[in-house]
Amino acid sequence: MSQQEQRIISGASAINEAIRECMEQDPTTILIGEDIAGGAGLGGQHEGAMGGSFGVTKGLLEQFGPLRVRDTPISEAAIAGIGVGASAAGLRPIIDMMWSSFTPLAFDQIFNQAAKMRYMFGGQAKIPLVLRMAMGAGLGAAGQHSDTLYSVFTHIPGLKVVVPSSPNDAKGLLAASIKDNNPVLFFEHMGLYGMKDEVPEGSYTYPLGEARLVQEGSDITIVAISMMVTKALEAATVLAEDGIKAEIIDPRTLSPIDYDSMVASIKKTGRLLIVDESPPRCSIAADIAANLSEMAFGYLQAPTSRITCPHSPVPLSPPLESAYIPSVEQIVSTARGLCCA
Amino acid sequence: MPTKAYLLEFYELMLKIRMFEERVTREFRKGDMPGFVHTYIGAEAVAAGICMQLDDHDYISSTHRGHGHCIAKGCSFRDMLAELYGKETGLCKGRGGSMHIADFDRGMLGANAIVGGGIALAAGGALAAQTRKSDRVAVSFFGDGACNQGILHETMNLASIWKLPLIFVCENNGWAESTPTEYSTSVSNIAERAHGYGFAGLTVDASDAEAVYEAANSAVQCARNGDGPTLIEAKIGRMVGHYLGDPEGYRPKELKVKARSKDPIPDLASKLIDSNALTEMGISNIKDRINTELDEAVSYAKDSPLPSGADVDIGVYSE
Repeated sequence: MSQQEQRIISGASAINEAIRECMEQDPTTILIGEDIAGGAGLGGQHEGAMGGSFGVTKGLLEQFGPLRVRDTPISEAAIAGIGVGASAAGLRPIIDMMWSSFTPLAFDQIFNQAAKMRYMFGGQAKIPLVLRMAMGAGLGAAGQHSDTLYSVFTHIPGLKVVVPSSPNDAKGLLAASIKDNNPVLFFEHMGLYGMKDEVPEGSYTYPLGEARLVQEGSDITIVAISMMVTKALEAATVLAEDGIKAEIIDPRTLSPIDYDSMVASIKKTGRLLIVDESPPRCSIAADIAANLSEMAFGYLQAPTSRITCPHSPVPLSPPLESAYIPSVEQIVSTARGLCCA
Repeated sequence: MPTKAYLLEFYELMLKIRMFEERVTREFRKGDMPGFVHTYIGAEAVAAGICMQLDDHDYISSTHRGHGHCIAKGCSFRDMLAELYGKETGLCKGRGGSMHIADFDRGMLGANAIVGGGIALAAGGALAAQTRKSDRVAVSFFGDGACNQGILHETMNLASIWKLPLIFVCENNGWAESTPTEYSTSVSNIAERAHGYGFAGLTVDASDAEAVYEAANSAVQCARNGDGPTLIEAKIGRMVGHYLGDPEGYRPKELKVKARSKDPIPDLASKLIDSNALTEMGISNIKDRINTELDEAVSYAKDSPLPSGADVDIGVYSE
């Protein structure tokens, strides 16, 4: 391996690179969102100094100019709608929704417009649109800044839903999302921005709809979503001390979803545990459990099990927030229970 | 001032819309057209006056009452009627129907069954034009009901700060379904709201074709010149119910009679006859031509194949 291939960077930098490279490759790719530059209209050292609430879009205004990097007022519905219209008119907008908890303000534009236009207009519309957003608990951001919400959008036909679990995946999956001809909701867990990973230089894509086998094992299949992949890996280390070999699958994308990889894993392990940082009802964990129970019933030696958040909003206080997020201990004890069953 | 030739074309376009809607009304009442239908009767001068200033490259977004916008933007009777009948040959292959009709080849980005749902979409078309440094413009048609939706206000602000080549066209027929505009809306002229966002708002009488022409001309030129958005409020007499079949128990009959007494189509015909640009015989010839086209289109639509149920989930995603 060359020096360059072993480059270690943060999730925030990996996402920035994916956007930058796509904008360099394609002049129709544009960026729209609140505070994506900062100091809008001031020029000089102030304009562009912020580069998004998490610094992810820093340097892009400088490189691509204000026609392609548009800082916006706080108007989520109009921002999303303008992105949908611009994509129908041939651009490839990337909309920064800032936090997934803000998407409800733009829900009509996502649900009734972006998602349905292709089908409802008999195939005339092509909506190459990406809505990026931060999500997830762990920062003490509480009720209105921490929701994952990907389950809600997975329910909607016409949308694609992407949930990267590492900086390397984030770069390749975001580039694929930008090049995709459909509306894609791209969920960046807060924990991803500071995470360090080996990320190749230059452009690459990972296909939407292909799961990643994170770790091989023979005793239990753990399907883990987004930041839960890291927790599953920690749990697997503990389980290995008991002689339990966990296989970890990261779906990477929830719509489309790669059930084949999961079924193949269950055929090998006979046990399924799903770990999802979402409330449990009508969730992606419920969906995966139902589908895999139908598809792989004959191979399951134990009941399908899920670890999710409780059915509550995300709380502020540290002991409450840590009780909210699925823990390594929960994964370990549930997996042990399934393997002893 | 518009030329006589322009006004003749304007008249014929309005007549096309009116006769299409009257035919749809008759066909719908026979019971074999699925879905909900809202006709554009009475508003013809608005779609005609605005869309005659546009070409295929310009974008429009429309409403649940969108047939007039389609015809004015150049959609064919055949393709539209096949869509209304839910046929595979329709503009949207029968997946959309009256409330979701679209024709992307003509920049028609879709009717919209969500009140105000298309406003930001047209702004997106305008943003695409501006980003590409082209001279295309976009028009968002919406009704008075949409003027109290948040997304209109968000979009007016954005269009103003970015000087988007966008024309907001509010078709104010005085009623949001059963609710009078004077009850629902804080200003007597919706055009006044443009001032709050820093651009011009014009109120025109939609029964006056020449007034609509003048407003449309100035707004489209302003947008093409890069001088930003305009809001045109066209006041329309609501000559028909909210939808086909609406018993309208909520509306005094005299208001409907009053609305019907100010009809832009015979008004413009009289003007054209008085100025020797048109004759009664000429009108009769135009109507015959439109009727022939409608007969052919209705037959085409009725004879066209329905989609197969097996294809219900095909075409949700692009390749």
